Order: sequence, then C-alpha cells, then structure tokens
Amino acid sequence: MEEKQIALEVQKVSKKFGSIQANKAVDLTVYKGEIHVVLGENGSGKTTLMNMIAGIYFPDSGKIFVNGEEKIIRSPKDAFDNKIGMVHQHYKLIELFSAAENIVLGIKNKEKFDEKKIVSRVEEIAHRYGFSIDPKKKVYEMSVSEKQTVEIIKVLYRDADILILDEPTAVLTPQETEKLFNVLRVMKNDGKSIILITHKLNEVMAVSDRVTILRKGRYIDTVETSQTNENELTEMMVGKKIELNINRSEPVNPRPRIVCENLCCKDKDGLPILKNVSFTANGGEILGIAGIAGSGQRELLEAVAGLQPLTSGTIIFHNPKENKPVTFFHKDLKQIKELAKEHKFHYEDGTVVDLTEMHDKEISNLVNEGKLLFYEDEIMNLRDKTPLQIRELGVKLSFVPEDRLGMGLVGNMNITDNMMLRSYRKGGSIFLNRHKPQDLAEHIVEELEVATPGVTVPVRRLSGGNVQKVLVGREISSSPKVLMAAYPVRGLDINSSYLIYNLLNKQKETGTAVIYVGEDLDVLLGLCDRILVINSGVVTGIVDARNITKQEVGYLMTKVLDSAPQTETTQEEGGDVNEA
Amino acid sequence: MPVWLNILIDSIAFGATFMFGSTGEIITEKSGHLNLGIPGIMCMGGAGGCLMLNLIGTSKMPGFMIVMLGIIASFASAALMGLIYSFLTITLRCNQNVTGLTLTTFGTGLMMTLMAKATQTKYLNIPKKYFRFPFADRTDSLQKLGVMFFLVIAIIVLAWFVLNKTKVGLNLKAVGENPSTADTAGINVIRYKYLATTIGAGISGLGGLYYIVDYSASGEAYKSLEAFGWLSIALVIFALWRPLRTIAGSVLFGILFSFSSYITLIPFIETTLKTKPILQMLPYVVTIIILIVSSIKNKKENQPPSSLGLSYFREDR
Amino acid sequence: MKLNSEKNHEPLVHLTRRAYMSPWKAIGIRGVAIVASLIVSGIVALILIEKLNANPGRIFDFYKCFIDGSFSTEGMTWKFFKNLAILLCISLAVTPAFRMKFWNIGAEGQVLMGMLGAIAVAKTCSSLPNWLVLILMLIAAVLCGIVWAGIPAIFKAFFNTNETLFTLMMNYVATYFVSYMLLVWVPSGNAMGIVNQETKIGWLPTVIHNYFLIIVAVLILTGILFVYLNYTKHGYEISVVGESNNTARYIGINVKKVILRTMILSGALCGLTGFLMAAGLDHSITSTSVNGQGFTAIMVSWLAYFNPLTMIATSGLIVFLDMGGSKISEVFDVRGALPNIIIGIILFFIIGCEFFIRYKINFRKKEVVDKSSKPEPVPVPQEEVKEENQTDEDEMPSAEQPAEETEQKEDN
Repeated sequence: MEEKQIALEVQKVSKKFGSIQANKAVDLTVYKGEIHVVLGENGSGKTTLMNMIAGIYFPDSGKIFVNGEEKIIRSPKDAFDNKIGMVHQHYKLIELFSAAENIVLGIKNKEKFDEKKIVSRVEEIAHRYGFSIDPKKKVYEMSVSEKQTVEIIKVLYRDADILILDEPTAVLTPQETEKLFNVLRVMKNDGKSIILITHKLNEVMAVSDRVTILRKGRYIDTVETSQTNENELTEMMVGKKIELNINRSEPVNPRPRIVCENLCCKDKDGLPILKNVSFTANGGEILGIAGIAGSGQRELLEAVAGLQPLTSGTIIFHNPKENKPVTFFHKDLKQIKELAKEHKFHYEDGTVVDLTEMHDKEISNLVNEGKLLFYEDEIMNLRDKTPLQIRELGVKLSFVPEDRLGMGLVGNMNITDNMMLRSYRKGGSIFLNRHKPQDLAEHIVEELEVATPGVTVPVRRLSGGNVQKVLVGREISSSPKVLMAAYPVRGLDINSSYLIYNLLNKQKETGTAVIYVGEDLDVLLGLCDRILVINSGVVTGIVDARNITKQEVGYLMTKVLDSAPQTETTQEEGGDVNEA
Repeated sequence: MPVWLNILIDSIAFGATFMFGSTGEIITEKSGHLNLGIPGIMCMGGAGGCLMLNLIGTSKMPGFMIVMLGIIASFASAALMGLIYSFLTITLRCNQNVTGLTLTTFGTGLMMTLMAKATQTKYLNIPKKYFRFPFADRTDSLQKLGVMFFLVIAIIVLAWFVLNKTKVGLNLKAVGENPSTADTAGINVIRYKYLATTIGAGISGLGGLYYIVDYSASGEAYKSLEAFGWLSIALVIFALWRPLRTIAGSVLFGILFSFSSYITLIPFIETTLKTKPILQMLPYVVTIIILIVSSIKNKKENQPPSSLGLSYFREDR
Repeated sequence: MKLNSEKNHEPLVHLTRRAYMSPWKAIGIRGVAIVASLIVSGIVALILIEKLNANPGRIFDFYKCFIDGSFSTEGMTWKFFKNLAILLCISLAVTPAFRMKFWNIGAEGQVLMGMLGAIAVAKTCSSLPNWLVLILMLIAAVLCGIVWAGIPAIFKAFFNTNETLFTLMMNYVATYFVSYMLLVWVPSGNAMGIVNQETKIGWLPTVIHNYFLIIVAVLILTGILFVYLNYTKHGYEISVVGESNNTARYIGINVKKVILRTMILSGALCGLTGFLMAAGLDHSITSTSVNGQGFTAIMVSWLAYFNPLTMIATSGLIVFLDMGGSKISEVFDVRGALPNIIIGIILFFIIGCEFFIRYKINFRKKEVVDKSSKPEPVPVPQEEVKEENQTDEDEMPSAEQPAEETEQKEDN
C-alpha cells in the first residue's frame, strides 16, 4: 500500500459559475490501480470537479498533476493526451452508429478506417476486461448498460489510464451494477485508476478502495474504505443540521386528498422509473419528497398531473365537496346519476336524497335550485386522465414543474399571456380575455415583488428567481386543492426562497394538499410535515419530518430496496415509519 | 438499336442530371443542412460552365482541356453559391429554408441573365462533341453517355466510399446526426459543415452543365433546369440519403420523365397527350409515398439526418 | 501560469445569444443591411448590365428605376398594390402554420389547386347566376386548398412525416395535375383561353378599379388574421404549440388537433388566394400561374416575424424590388431575370443581418468585464453550458442539477 504511485493529483482547485462557488479549493489524490469514489450529495460539486479533470471546464485556480507532472487540460483532447477519459452521466453517442463507429469517432491519427481492425481491437479490449459487447450493434438498439459499455470502451480504446465514471450505476439494474464492478476490479488490477462518482453508500463500501467526500463544493475528507462505515460517510456527506427559520404551522385538519396506490411507470426505453409507489397526501399539510436527483420524483408528480402514463396503479382524488351544492358547472346529469349509485346526496337539512328513484327533470330542478348537497367527499380516479380531463372534472390541481421555461411557462410570451396558460379556455367566446390575466399578472408582480419593467415583458427575459415567482404565483392563484411543486426554490436566492416557503405554508393553511419536491434536506426537514423518501423509483420510507434527523433521511435516500415485486415491503416500510 | 433500349439509355442519360443534383444534396444533408437552394445552384453550375465554354469553346485548345475547364468552372461557380449558403446558415446561423429558397431565386435569376449573354454557337456546337466523348459520333441515344456521365458515376461511388468506409464520412455523418456529440468527440463541426455544403453544391452544379451541354445540347435547355433541381431534392428522399440508390432512383425518375416524350412513339400502347403530365407527376408521387412509408415504418436508418434543418450553436442548450 | 493559460484559452471571437435588443436598434441594423444590399446590387448591376457598364454615370438612373417601377403611373401603382395584395394574401395563408413551426412550403401548390377549383367551377357552371357561381368557386377553391394542405398535415400529426419535404413535393404534384386538367379541357394542348370572356360569369365585379376588390379583401383578411393570431384562443394555442410541445402537453392542448386545424386554415387561405387570382385577375389558369409566389411568401412571412401587419411592409418591399427590377430590365435592356437577382441579394442581407440581432459578438478583451463573455474552455457540450448560463443568472445552490433538467428535456 505504501508503494502506491500517485496517478492524479488535484490541488486546491476552485471553480465559480457566476456567483456560485461550485468548487472551493478541492484536493484529490488518486493512486495507480485503485478505485476511488467521490461521494457527495446533489450539488456538492462532484461533476464540476470531474469535468475540470476531463477538460470540459477550466478551473479558476488550482493545479492538476498527472503522474507527478503539472498539466494544463483545456479540452477533452488534452485530457485524452494525458490518458484521462471520462464517461459522462448522459452518454455522448450517435444513435445511428454502431458501437465500433462510436468508439473511433473523432480519433485523429493516421490509421485508416478499417472496420475489421477496429472490431477486433474492440473485442480484444472487451475480452481483456470482461465486457460483453457486439461492436456492430447499432446504439439505438442497445440497452442502457450496453451504451455504457460502449462509452467505457470508447475511453479505453483511447488508452486512458485514468477513468472517470459519473454516476455509472444510476441507470443500471443491480445485476448490471455487479457486472460493471467486476469489470472495474479487473481494470484496477490492470493498473488503471478509476474515479467513480456516486452517492450510493452500499456501492461505495462494495467496490472502492478510498473515498473522497465533498459537501457544498468543499473538500471534506479522504478516507480508506476499510477504515470507515456507512454511518460515518453519511454524516460527512450531509453534514450537521442547520436550523432554518421557516414558520411551520401544525397541519390543518389533515384528511386524505390524494391517495396513490402501487404506481408503476416506465421510461421510453422500457425501464421502470416508478415501482409500486404508494402514498397519501393530506389536505392541510406539506408532504415533502426527498431523494437523489432522478429517483423518480419528476415522474411521480407528472403521473399525478396526468402527464405520465402509468403501467399500473390508482390515483384517487378526494374532492372536498362535503355540504356544497351540486352544480352543472362541471357535472352533467348523467354523471350525477352515475355518482348517485355509489354516493349519497342530501338536502340542506341533512335528509338523504335517493336520486336513483327520481326523474331526470326533478334532479335538474334540484341541482338548478342548488338544493342538492354532497354528503361526502367526491371520489375521483385520476389515472389515465389527461391534464385537460382532470381540469374538466373540476379538480383544482396545480403543478409547478421542474422545467420552468420548457414546460410551466412559455419563454417568448409575456407575463400576462403566461397567466392565461391554464385558464385561457374559460368562457364560450372564441376570443381571449386578457383583462383578468392582466390583473392577475399585475397582482403577482406586485405581491411577489417580481422584478420586471412591466407585465408585457417576455418571461424569458426575467431572471430565474422572478420566472419562478411568476410560475408559482400563477399556480397558486387558482386556489388549488392540490399544489405540487418540483424544486420550486432551485436557483433562487435566500429571500425569494423564503417567499416561496411562505407561499406554500399559506396554501397549507388554507387546507391545500401541498407536495414539495426538494433537494435541500434542511429545508425539507424544516418546511414539511411528512417526508416521502424515494430511491430509484421505490419508496424507501414515509417519515414524520418533525421527528427525524437528517442522517436518517440521508440513509433512506441511499437505501436500496430493490428486486422487482416487493409491494409489501415497500408498503410495510412506509407504514411502519408512518406510525412511528 | 431497338427502340426500347434506345429509350432506356436515353432515360439513364437523362437521369444523370439528377444524379449530380442529388448526390451533392446528400452530401450537404449529411452535414445537417437542408439546402433548398439546389435548383439555383444547379442553374449557376450550368451558367458558370457555359460561360467558360463560351470563352474557350471555339479556341484551339485540345478537347480534354475544354472539357476540364468547363467542368472546373461549373464546379467553382456552384461551389461559390454553396459558400454563400454556408456562410449564411453555418456562420450566421440563418434559417436554412429561407436561405435556400432565396438562393434559388437568386441563382435562377442570375443564370437567366448570364445565359442571355452567352452565344449558343460558341458554348454548344464544338464543346458538345468533346463532352460526348467517346460516343459522340453515334446517332442514337448512346451518344449522350459522355464524359460527365462517367464522372457522375465515379462521384457517386466515391461518395458512397467516403461516407461508408472512411473516417471522414463517419465524422461527417456524426456532425449531421448530433453536432454536439461530434463536437465533444473533437470533430471540427464548422469545418465539416462548410466542406460538405460547398463540395455538395459544387457536385450538384455539375448537373446543370451536363444537362445543358451534353444531354439536351440545346440553347433553350437552361430554362428547365430549375425544375430538375427540385426533382433532385425529391430524389434524395427517394434514395433515403444513400448515394448508390440515387443511380437507381435517377434512372427511374428519368424513365418516368422522359417516357412521357417517347410514349407516343410506342405503337402498341394506346396513349393520348394527357398521359404525359400524369407520367411526369409520378416521380413526385412516388417520392411522397416513400416519405410516408419511411416515416410510418420509422426505421432509424431511413430517416433524414437528425439535425437536418437545425443550425448548431455550441452554447445553445 | 493560470492567467496565461486562460488567455490562450479564450477564443478571439466569442458568440453569445442575445436575450434582447431594443426594437429601434434592431430596425437600425436592418436599415443598414438594406442600404448595404442596395449598394451591392448597384455594384452587381454595374458588372452585369452592359449599358451601365459602358456608362457608370447612369447608376443613379438605376436606383431611380426602383421608384419608377412601382409608382411612375397610376396603372403601375394599382399594379403595385395588386401584386402586394396577392403576395400578402399567400403570406398570410402560410403564417398560421409557421407560427406553429410547421414548415409548410407548399403554398405554391395549395394556391394553384385553389385556382384550379375555382376555374373548374367557372367553366362548368357558366349557366348559373354570377353570384352563385362566385360562391361555388370560392367553396371549391377553399376545399381544394384544404385538401392539398390537409394531406401533409394528417401525416405530420399522426406519423410525424417531414412536412417540409412533403409539402414541397405536393407543389409539383399540383403543377402536373393542373397540366393534366388543362389537357382534359383543351386536348390540343394549347393555352386555355379566358373563361367566360363574354358573359363574365365567375368574374369578380369591378368596383372603382379592377384590382380594388382584391386589395380591400386582402386588407380585411390581414386584419382578421392579425386578430385571429393574437386575440383568439386558437391563435394562442398555435403560439403555445409552436413554442413548446411540452408546455402544450402540460396545459392539455391536443397538439394533433391544433396541427390539423391550423393546416386546414392555412390551406383554406391558400385556396382563397387561388379564388381571388382566378376570379379577380387571371380568369384562366396555367401550370405556372402562381409563378413562385408561394415560395416568396415564405420569405415575406419569415421576414415579418410572422406578424400579419408587418407583412404588409415586407411583401411591399419584395413587390417593390420585383417591379423595380423589371423596370430596370426594360430601361437598360437586360434580358433574363434581373428582378430575381436583386431580390436575392437584398434578401441575403436581410436574412444575414438577423444574426447581429440575435447574437452578440464579444471580442477578446484583456479583462473580461461582461458577465456573459467569460472565458470558456473550448469544447463545451451542451448541457454544461446551459448549466453555466443558469448559474449565471440565478443564485444556484446546485450546480449539477440543471444538467439533469436539460437532458430530460431533450429526451422528451
């Protein structure tokens, strides 16, 4: 161990993006023939650091030594020249090309393009490290793990001695992960240095020799894997709890509003993203969703919003309609009669009406006069409904998507026109009514202190925080019964963030069911009433935010509950913690 | 020579016009650029070549020099047009459709004006003979299979080879499929785009010269060049962006197009004048059907290059 | 060391996308482009036109011809406005589709089919009263236009068939179909004469001037389309679909329906143009009756940023140049197609100058003051840059997150 040679050394490297310090004086030492994990939460600066080593970013300060010599790495080509190769989290492959073609793409040398030679070289590399690959297979026909293999071989083909793998296991099944690790071990024995970025602790323990921990862009420590344990690593990764001053009120009359059971869905490659997700969101409370980025949070919210097709599961919405008159506004006669079969209606004095016996005319009269009241919450299944259908059912469901300008708002439209996105259909006229949206826009600009020259400015020109205020403002303005917000404070400064927290709290106080997807555990613990923790599409726990520590949540976030049909365990898990 | 063979050879010779046009356009489109200026470029290729022949056609130069200079001038003037397009769409990142259409307007206009200055007897009479080497003395349609016909076959084979068997071709296809990935792989995207659009335009332009001087060999020929430019673009779809298929496609298009002129000559087929436009319509209808079928089948290999029509700016998302 | 390497790093010219440019500055840039293009046209003319070549002093006549071409006589002026109206009308027709980012370059064929429909009715129903024939002509023309635009739209909506290539091919199918119909009507192959020359059945009545009704009709249509695109729910949906399919999905717009509806509108307007041309101007048809205006209209619409009111100006510019070019050809005795050359040159400049409106060119400076032009390693893949841009504007707690976000966007 003492004899290890240093392959790569990073000294005091810093990188700033605008006002954000992505890396601050980070150190990293990687030996020859070791697997070195860089561990950290989202936004801890792991990828930025790796991108600097791989020549994609250039550091503001600091030095990089390769094999003891100081090197300046300006481009991926420089990195390759220094035998450094990186497998990015999002693969850079040409779908239409075969594996072999992708592997040699862009290599500048005098060699002729000889497919046979390339294929045999690829096969040789694959054989040496224990990959299985069909060099002639087109990338678009490949599974994710095959694509990853291509990316890794692409790096090896260029004779890299230092391999950086950015979250390679995020998209792999456990079996594929194990296979990958075996390959990595072979490479290690071959004298190559492997830098692995991950936040999965079990993997860290399983495969690595040493671990470097980053938190919020800073270097925390480097430890030998054999000298540490998961708890210690978690603590270093998430840090001590920071007290936030969020005014959290007690839940207001929490009653189930959205009940999801066994939600499953797949991505376009047919890989499961949500696996038997079950949870209940209550009115009058904030349900937080915690998880490593890409664990299925987005799909979960989109599923509820009617944007993500489900392969199984139910989404039940409890419309709090108790003791409110039935109207023809969103129910026609047929629907009312349908409803009467399973639910009860009553008069104002409380006597139950049996609609099944009545004539249509009588029912219409009752409805028109407003005499017919709901007896209980209206129950609706939102599964397989489009956003428009959900709206037409009278479900007031607001959704602040993660992708603000690509989905929630139209960048080239002005604030007023963006206000109409949800409501422009109202009324029978073929013309748009811009009066109300304009009033709303002015109201939001004033109330939420949106910094803009006016409401006729395209939202594209506003800064990120102001864009978010406009979006959240619009979604709240319809006094929703359910408000879902995905990373609503991402990119916002402290003041704007608090403004958003307060808005969410106010919604909660009016009885709305708020679902908040966040990445900052301190905020989740300080803002939410309950927290659902999700990992790789599986709910690893639903916990009471008031009585849990950051470490416990962090542990759940990386806890692996996999293997396919394990509905029971998930539910048990969720139920257990719930009761606690 | 039997009538049918005569017609077939004539159709093949006619198809060579499209072979130039669509091979050039395939090379262009492989870099992700839909050049709707091909009609204008082919016109200018024709005009450039003819003006050169206008200068040297009656000189004492040896025949092969005349042919060479004509081809070079034609290629150069078309490539120059391609350069205008490249500058606008690659460097200035202008809308490709609008730029292409403008190029067509400009090119056809300029050709009409330039050709009005050329003298038919100078650029046609003598050069025609050299261009139709080696069959110039024949009286049947074989005379039309001249130097440029063999040139285009060579170009197509070369294009096929480069696209499928060399690194340059691989890089070019990568640029058209996903310029951002190509960029990260260290390929000079801008250079590849420039070269492909310019060389592609040059090759297309030769089609204009071929049609005017060799195939049609008439002083009026240039007036119908624009239509053949559009047909070349159609042929690219028909060939599903594969150079070798343009040969088959061109022959088919040529047969359909020129068949209509011959059909009245065939004694046992009863036809009227009316069938002519229907036959002429067929290439386009066939192209549409191919386009539809390939989009329904949605086979990856048969789709246009993924980034076709989009300009690449490294800093865009 | 560090500073040195950074200096080496920064490219000489660094482009960034502009978020905004004041309208006046943008107009200024376009003005400069037009002036520059006129100068270049002058130079090209000096080379190409023999009479100018011999006598460069007449270059002022050259420029004067532009004005003469459109406004020297009352008849010319009427013709100018008539040409403007027709070009504008086709441009209006393609605009709704363009706003939706549906690249319909098949206006040429759609208008021609509209004309064919109108002429067919005029020919076959010449015994009916004029008003009825006109209505039937209008209906037939609009229907033909709808069919011609609807076919590519259906395939686009359901199979995502490339609409640019499809509509382009449809133009030629229309051309030859018209040739065929002409041969059916006039088997000799001669040109088709004026339809109903004596009875004037199926002719638009003359009010004030032959062209008056057409000009008024197109003006009204411009207004209607402006309102439709900017003040109706349909127009709003078109804009949303054009801007982002994801947003359309998010708010529950049925994208297929919008594509079909908009293309039907586009085709109907093309058909209407065909009707105006058939009933008001040509009273006849050839396979080249539209004469490339379907393509020119694309440029008119694009130059006007798809705004119907601005299109009055851009179509005016094109017609002005076209008629000026013809006048020049006449005065200086140029054979060929001079107007096309001049239009081409001027459009190149106008198209090109958009670059300076959309992008900002940052030259290498000693100290980087501008936030947006900070030193940048050379090969930057896309997501990373977005990430950086975002961090630029916002207070960003997570530097890794946006990469994820963009990638997902791309996936969709």
